[in-house]
Amino acid sequence: MIQADGLTKRYGDATVVDGFSLNVKAGELVVLLGGSGSGKTTTLKMINRLIEPTAGSVRLDGVDTAELPPHELRRRIGYVFQRIGLFPHMTVGENVAVTPGLLGWPLERTAARVDELLELVELDPALRDRRPSELSGGQQQRVGVARALAAEPRVMLLDEPFGALDPVTRERLQQSFLRIRTRLALTTVFVTHDMTEALTLADRIGVMHDGRLLQLGTPRDLLTRPADDYVDRLMSTPRRQAAVVDALIGGTTAEARS
Amino acid sequence: MTELLALLPSYLTAHLQLTLLALLLSAGISVPLGIAASRITWLEQPSLALAGIIQTVPSLALLAAMVPVLAALDLQSIGFLPAIVGLTLYGVLPVLRNTVTGIAGVDPALREAARGVGMTARQQLLLVELPLAMPVIVAGIRTATVWVVGIATLSTPVGATSLGNYIFSGLQTRNYAAILVGCVAAAGLALLLDGLVRAIEVGLVRRRRGRLAAALGAVAVLYAYAGITLAAPLLGDRERPIVVGAKSFTEQYILSAAIAGWVERETGRPTALLQSLGSLVAFDAVDTGEVDVYVDYTGTIWANEMGRAQIRAGRAEMLDGVRDFLEDGHGMTLAATLGFENTYALTVRAEHAERLGLRTIGDLADHAPRLAIGADVEFFARPEWPAVRDTYGLDFREERAMDASLMYQAAATEEVDVISAYTTDGRIAAYDLRVLEDDRGAIPPYDAILVAGARLAAEAPDVLDALARLEGAIDAERMRSMNLRVDERGEDPATVAAAFVETLSNDRAP
Ligand SMILES: Nc1ncnc2c1ncn2[C@@H]1O[C@H](COP(=O)(O)OP(=O)(O)OP(=O)(O)O)[C@@H](O)[C@H]1O
Ligand SMILES: [Mg+2]
Repeated sequence: MIQADGLTKRYGDATVVDGFSLNVKAGELVVLLGGSGSGKTTTLKMINRLIEPTAGSVRLDGVDTAELPPHELRRRIGYVFQRIGLFPHMTVGENVAVTPGLLGWPLERTAARVDELLELVELDPALRDRRPSELSGGQQQRVGVARALAAEPRVMLLDEPFGALDPVTRERLQQSFLRIRTRLALTTVFVTHDMTEALTLADRIGVMHDGRLLQLGTPRDLLTRPADDYVDRLMSTPRRQAAVVDALIGGTTAEARS
Repeated sequence: MTELLALLPSYLTAHLQLTLLALLLSAGISVPLGIAASRITWLEQPSLALAGIIQTVPSLALLAAMVPVLAALDLQSIGFLPAIVGLTLYGVLPVLRNTVTGIAGVDPALREAARGVGMTARQQLLLVELPLAMPVIVAGIRTATVWVVGIATLSTPVGATSLGNYIFSGLQTRNYAAILVGCVAAAGLALLLDGLVRAIEVGLVRRRRGRLAAALGAVAVLYAYAGITLAAPLLGDRERPIVVGAKSFTEQYILSAAIAGWVERETGRPTALLQSLGSLVAFDAVDTGEVDVYVDYTGTIWANEMGRAQIRAGRAEMLDGVRDFLEDGHGMTLAATLGFENTYALTVRAEHAERLGLRTIGDLADHAPRLAIGADVEFFARPEWPAVRDTYGLDFREERAMDASLMYQAAATEEVDVISAYTTDGRIAAYDLRVLEDDRGAIPPYDAILVAGARLAAEAPDVLDALARLEGAIDAERMRSMNLRVDERGEDPATVAAAFVETLSNDRAP
């Protein structure tokens, strides 16, 4: 469905993404995982041409994206920004209705779609006429997801959509997103640097480091057969953290016994 | 006061026409230019710099500068057009600057989001950047509104009627009520327009449909009113009135009103006044046909228009020279000499003159290094001043330029010792000043003459005839007493003029 081939981005002498190739199958969710500055956002933006690649190509359903007018391409791909990017002068409903509006949908169809999406992302329909500034961070993220989904894209790109949320809210949103993507059979690339999030959501995980895709595989592959030290260290973080938690619990019980 | 308020509808309408049109044009120029500048990087700095330079030109000078510029382009150089062009230029900067900064201030993340949801560059501008920049742009429009309403009062000297007519004539004739009416009306108009723009903004941002509709409706009504009143004279084939011009001092206000009254009475034709014109603008206005007749002085035309450096000409010689210049050079007519001279005269407080034994200008020479001389701004720049100074060898301790209307006061309060007064000014007697005799003839003659434009000769010979009947109608004494009634007794120039026309008609009645 999405075929990235040798995607490369250079700024002057700095190569921030280097020969990135990935094949995402229809309905699959691939998580791009990597540290800060590893090139995840750049890669994602090259897929919908928010950033033009220096070299390499992306095919969508077999069509080279370089051959489409960029705005048409982007109307077919839902994109959730790392910094949400809701339009502050528009209401929640208008934000969600933006892309359908650009595509010239009839008003009734758009209105029905907005209702449907607010329900899908579990937002109170009463929020429809509020401004984004009157919402909590979690609510804003839900609106961001709803906006990306509005024009019924079959491909979704999400850039750390839940990064700034508290763990409880994050988990709730992850769960609702999983339901949505299954229901809509979305082909998804999901960027995060949160290991647990990656393990929760991914069909396959791609680990990025210094602009390169180090390893691509199922969560189990990566846990059991890390390709190198970096991947190994990365994949063992949840276990190390769990050990810390275990020790804490153990310690408390010991204290209670004595 | 009632006479003042009777003028309000026409002044306010004219002011509204100027302001609304200029604002529409400034916004129409600067918003697109600002958008272009935010897209095309090299355009931003030059356009902002240019607008900034225009802004630093003093507003009065900017408006006055439009007169020669438009004349060089063969366009209407006196009246509505120069005022509109000047005001429009003035309004450009605040709107342009705010449009540029407003668009530049849009969060880059939102620009990217706009692209991300599939907007084209145009949609990004219309749906995201402009709405987000709107409060800043509107703030610029509000600044421009207040500025333009204020500066439009300076349209009067370039020949466009405005609320400035109250202020300019009020300053000259010391009619403080007139100044007050002009200022209050201008301030009220500024507040009203600013409030309407603000209401539109609030209506847009907070989506108050009702408020938006009301404010837009009010603006539409104002524009419709301005448009209709502006277009009306062009549409109806009403007889064009005989336009009588006046420079901005008391004598001119009285004489223009008197001429208008006389022409109406003698010919039955409608007349209109165009007052408070800049000194040089008045002549140009007759040349271009904006004004049909006004009063000027032979020495002024001799020096300013004919550019004669040699000012020591005999009275008759100068009158003939001016007549030839007007008739051969410009197709104008010297319709009459009014019968008085209004020349510069060096005057001293009578008591002071007594003490120093001053009778002639020559007597000043010995005392000058201890004395200060005051004169209007124009005097020191005119050829008369060096002529007087050199002829009599005067070297004053101090030369102070001030507004003519304040000069007499300055003499009375001993801030200056000598003033260059006008011989027809009633305040010479009122302030007990002594005129020093110009026994060596350094100051040229300034006979008051009626200068009539080409249109009168071609289309209204009856008006020329009526004007000719004013030959010798006013002697210096009469002019002085009329000036004094306005300057010192606070009478309205129009009232004084009407009384004069009345007596003149009775005198001339068979
Ligand atoms: N316009 C640019 N010019 C130069 N360098 C850039 C530019 N944009 C990004 N970079 C660099 O490219 C690298 C990758 O950036 P990118 O935003 O893709 O990282 P990321 O993996 O998304 O990081 P994070 O997890 O912090 O969001 C960084 O080192 C960044 O400094
Ligand atoms: Mg990133």
